[in-house]
Amino acid sequence: MSMLQSVSQPTEAAAATVPVGPRRALPGPVLFVTRAFATLWSNGKARIGIVILALFVVIALIAPLVAPDSPTANDFTPYAGPSGAHWFGTTGNGQDVFSQFVYGARVSLLVGIAAGLGATLVAVVLGLISGYRPGVVDHVLSFITNLALVLPGIPLMIILAAYVQSRSVWTIVLVVTFTAWATGSRVIRSQAITLRTRDFVTAAVFSGERLGRVVFREILPNMTSLVAASFFAAATAAVMAEASLEFLGLGNPATISWGTILYQAQQQNALLTGQWLMIFAPGFAIALLALSFTLINFGVDALSNPRLREK
Amino acid sequence: MRYVLTKLGLFALTLWAAVTLNFILPRLMPGSPLDAALAKLASNGVPITNAQRKAIEVQLGSPHGSVVSQYWDYLGNIATFQFGRSYSDPTRTVAGSILRALPWTLLLVGITTILAFVLGTLLGVYAGWRRGTKADTSVTLGATLFAAFPPFWLGLLLLYVFAFKLDWFAIKGGYSEGLSPNWSPSFLNDAVQHSILPGLTLAVTTLSGWVFGMRNNMINTLGEDYVTFAEANGLHQRTIALRYAARNALLPNVTAFGLSLGAVLGGSVLVEGVFSYPGLGHLLFEAVTNHDYPLMQALFLVLTVSMLTAIFVVDLLYARLDPRVRRA
Repeated sequence: MSMLQSVSQPTEAAAATVPVGPRRALPGPVLFVTRAFATLWSNGKARIGIVILALFVVIALIAPLVAPDSPTANDFTPYAGPSGAHWFGTTGNGQDVFSQFVYGARVSLLVGIAAGLGATLVAVVLGLISGYRPGVVDHVLSFITNLALVLPGIPLMIILAAYVQSRSVWTIVLVVTFTAWATGSRVIRSQAITLRTRDFVTAAVFSGERLGRVVFREILPNMTSLVAASFFAAATAAVMAEASLEFLGLGNPATISWGTILYQAQQQNALLTGQWLMIFAPGFAIALLALSFTLINFGVDALSNPRLREK
Repeated sequence: MRYVLTKLGLFALTLWAAVTLNFILPRLMPGSPLDAALAKLASNGVPITNAQRKAIEVQLGSPHGSVVSQYWDYLGNIATFQFGRSYSDPTRTVAGSILRALPWTLLLVGITTILAFVLGTLLGVYAGWRRGTKADTSVTLGATLFAAFPPFWLGLLLLYVFAFKLDWFAIKGGYSEGLSPNWSPSFLNDAVQHSILPGLTLAVTTLSGWVFGMRNNMINTLGEDYVTFAEANGLHQRTIALRYAARNALLPNVTAFGLSLGAVLGGSVLVEGVFSYPGLGHLLFEAVTNHDYPLMQALFLVLTVSMLTAIFVVDLLYARLDPRVRRA
């Protein structure tokens, strides 16, 4: 079956990188990830994105080493502007904004990655089923997808977050997962429809493979770039949505994140007290993180569409 | 005709599903928004009449009556635009607040969407045509950067620089205090002055979708045989780019027009909140702050219905632009 796949689909990225035969140096998935990374790295825009993302990940991991103070310590002079001791000033509660800013990277990354994964999982499962099962199943799932697509995203998120009484980061992850899967699902569905009639899939069906195996082992690996693209798109949306919801006060104000810093800044009229860094820094970090996801997605797009590849 | 009927049926079905979702959502949630609502009204010192209680119950889900009869009441209320009373300002009906805010958002969102569409499409045509050059890279990277800005944050920055520091624009509102909305030139001038910053914020952050959509369409169209044929005929470069490639590349972007309204409407919630612009977004912003559930629900319904209608109209227009769609 792998033979057939690589014979009939020699140009498909996934088929080509799934190694055939017993003599392989690295386990398949590791080799696959390494090669995908190398291809991404060769794209100039994606490389910038990877560097920015890596920087944020490192900061989030070693936050206690980078931050001069505890993000929750509130024994400093409140409403202080930027100074040597407090680079970004202090909040109205006397907390160090720079320390909060450093720790905030953790929440934004966590929400971005978790909600990105959640939305992608929903998109892949629904998209594959819908694309591989024409008829009633496809009609129903397509209708749901189109409905989710036309509902205005941010208002829907606001309504959901306002009704859910518990205020935690995971609430936001769930809300974003619920609202961000539709675009990816539609793209994956249409790709599944074109792959369904290809020779290697027909061969797998005739050799008696079970439905689950055909869909997830034969079809899915051939749309790795689409799945990756919908992950980064959903992660971008998640980072923005988290910041928006927390800015509106729909998050947990006790969480230390870029969104809550902006919320506090707005509540304390930071612009009027001259603490513009308290607004500029977290927003800029959100923009950079969202930018890094989008830049990486340029590389992913180029993997699947040679016309977009850089010469 | 058949195309129109299919689209109309789909529109009606989607509309029904959205309205029903709006009915189900509050009933799925833990806790009782009704109790919160009544407590909120009572704390404002408002005597709760039976009629008012009933309106809130119908909007939010009440323990009385079967779900079917509640659903029936709810549909009836929507059909007659009875959304109950707002909690934050009990002297006003929800429908009244929405009607007052609607024109502001329609104008702001309408004008910025058209502006972003024209500008973004032109930039996309240019970037696609000059693909691979420095100009293309700067347009693409610039659009990516602006798209990554959280709209409310860009709004805050513009507010700080242009309204607070430079004092070029008013710091909040849709018109100067002391004026009342009318159609006099002086008022319109004042309103336009107030809408420049929020409009700019929305336009800049939604520009990128058009740029990328158009750029990718252009690149695909430029690979078509008829473009090569036009080149072989020795036509002017500009003629090929605009009359041959761009015209055909524009079609997919038209379908995106309806969907993009969702992004603009979503962005307008936070941007209007930041600028205290008297539109639907600001109303939703306040409804969230005040836990004003009936207002929130009605607003979600209005936003959804406007989006569905926009998409429906765009679908019909698309059939006029592209005869292939009608035959399919």
